[in-house]
Amino acid sequence: MAGLQLNNVDKTYPNGFKAVHGIDLEIEDGEFMVLVGPSGCAKSTTLRMIAGLETISGGEVRIGDTVVNDLAPGKRGIAMVFQNYALYPHMKVTKNLDFGLRLKRRPKDEIARATTEVSHTLEIEELLDRLPKELSGGQAQRVAVGRALIKSPEVFLFDEPLSNLDAKLRASMRVRITDLHKRLKEEGRPATVVYVTHDQVEAMTMGDRICVMKDGHIMQVADPVTLYERPANAFVGGFIGMPEMNLADATLSLDDGGRIRLGDQVIDIEPDLASRLTHKGGAITFGIRPQHFELVAPGAANALTGIVRIVEFLGHEVNLHIEIEGNAFISVIPSEQFDRSMRAGDTVALHPRARNTQIFDRDTGQNASLGG
Amino acid sequence: MSVTTPEVTTATSGLTAHQLREQRRAKISATIRYVILAAVGLLMLYPLIWLIGASFKTNSEIFANPGFIPSEPTLDGYIKGWQTSTPYTFARFFWNTFLIIFPKVLFTAISATMVAYGFARFEFPGKKILFATLIAILLLPNVVTRIPQYLLFRDIGWLDSFLPLWVPSAFAGDAFFVFMLIQFLRAVPRDMEEAARVDGANSFQTLIFIVVPLLKPAIISVCLFQFMWTMNDFLGPLIYISSVEKYPVSLALKLSIDTTEAFEWNRILAMSVLAITPALAVFFIAQKHFIEGISSGGVKG
Repeated sequence: MAGLQLNNVDKTYPNGFKAVHGIDLEIEDGEFMVLVGPSGCAKSTTLRMIAGLETISGGEVRIGDTVVNDLAPGKRGIAMVFQNYALYPHMKVTKNLDFGLRLKRRPKDEIARATTEVSHTLEIEELLDRLPKELSGGQAQRVAVGRALIKSPEVFLFDEPLSNLDAKLRASMRVRITDLHKRLKEEGRPATVVYVTHDQVEAMTMGDRICVMKDGHIMQVADPVTLYERPANAFVGGFIGMPEMNLADATLSLDDGGRIRLGDQVIDIEPDLASRLTHKGGAITFGIRPQHFELVAPGAANALTGIVRIVEFLGHEVNLHIEIEGNAFISVIPSEQFDRSMRAGDTVALHPRARNTQIFDRDTGQNASLGG
Repeated sequence: MSVTTPEVTTATSGLTAHQLREQRRAKISATIRYVILAAVGLLMLYPLIWLIGASFKTNSEIFANPGFIPSEPTLDGYIKGWQTSTPYTFARFFWNTFLIIFPKVLFTAISATMVAYGFARFEFPGKKILFATLIAILLLPNVVTRIPQYLLFRDIGWLDSFLPLWVPSAFAGDAFFVFMLIQFLRAVPRDMEEAARVDGANSFQTLIFIVVPLLKPAIISVCLFQFMWTMNDFLGPLIYISSVEKYPVSLALKLSIDTTEAFEWNRILAMSVLAITPALAVFFIAQKHFIEGISSGGVKG
């Protein structure tokens, strides 16, 4: 097993389009790294460059101590699981699994042993004699994972492996893959994983660390908790979290202990936020997660007043869509605190919890409330 | 129960009357449709049916009796026709045809697949110009190249041999087949090939183990087309082959018309029937793959 390093990696397509802009990323040995981002953010391109399916226009990719830029995919010590499984349709499951080993002309008994072991691990023993078209989506995905696992690669690459499965199966496969990663670690052969997804639930639940990408740039690399609580910029703040973080243009003035002006409404900066604030004042983007935007009594201090537009009752919680000074905000409140008589058109007061308020510089988008 | 039953019956019989009318109408329209189809089909097939029937007639009956059922069926045409007026039997001519077809089909399949794989999956300098050339060849009438080709093969010294008939195919000379395979391959997702590369296969191994099995229906179509076209090719052998011992079936049929003063039509017809048999047999055996090959552009994953 080995770590993986991307140093200033670029990708420019022949038509001149620059997809990846000099990214640096270090993935430790045995780490589960998730690349996440909206479509078109070049996360798959990055993965395919690691795999060797795309040429690297600049910079270097290192697996372990080897620069692999010019190595063929088969010689990089990687294994890959594709979004649509990419099983060989004319080969039975067994042949699909051991194709790589047969190409390497490994001894027959070794191939047989590896096939048995992998099929046992993934519970696909009874599928070995079937053709890929006779498998369900979940089974096909397990075979695809098996085909990667059997090679005992240095690095596993997953390219949106669960996006073709239905929601229920996706959840169980998610657990299965996380569990497999953990088990390999316990068995003393930790696997380095690079996992591409556009689904933030997968990213948050599976990754040791998450790399959020946008337009070929890395926005932040951090563990799930840091990513959620201390987003480096407004993009990460808005991308991670459900429903997404409320972001609104506002003005910060540092006089009189500090104030934030949102349209015609002004709130004071509470000590919890003030201690973290590194902004010099001026144009900011004010960010508060719906879960931290609390409903308070009308007239309470440091609250924003708005009009309820839509009430979404989900059972365990309620999403309130509120308009404040022309901005659309969402507040999520637990069902038991929800006043059943509330209707669209009501005026409510909401208090952004200071501990969870984020202040982003409006020009750079960078978080200016992470402390010194 | 006894009360409701009559009501139900009336309702059903009412419905049935309506249904009967519908059914009758459907039956009549189907009958008309099938009669027309059968008549047109028979019209199309009549020459073939007549050919087979006439091959069992005596020479004099062929012109006397317009129907296709022979009044006194005889195998005379087959026996005498097989003997031919040359020192060779038709067995020799069938063997000659085989000697042309076998290498031609085999090499077409190999070369067209390789060239199509190259065009469909790789980027290389001059690809656009080469592809344009390929399409140009596709559009060029065959006749245009006959004379330069003849001169070329004459200078190499391949006249009166089978080489000019199949060597061009070994170098993907049949642009149509290359084009057909390229189109087919374009519709096949690349993921399987990428998976094979990650599994450690080089380009050649990917071609053999992944691409060829995926292309199987298209390759079978190519083989079938090439088989039938070569079997029926008359002009090629006519130009390049001069000695009777090397004549394929298509030329041998003409031979019996040339050399005999009064044409023995029953012999010619009998041998014609034999000449179309292999093509028909091969077509029906491979029909399933053939139709799959021309109708489907892609492969189910």
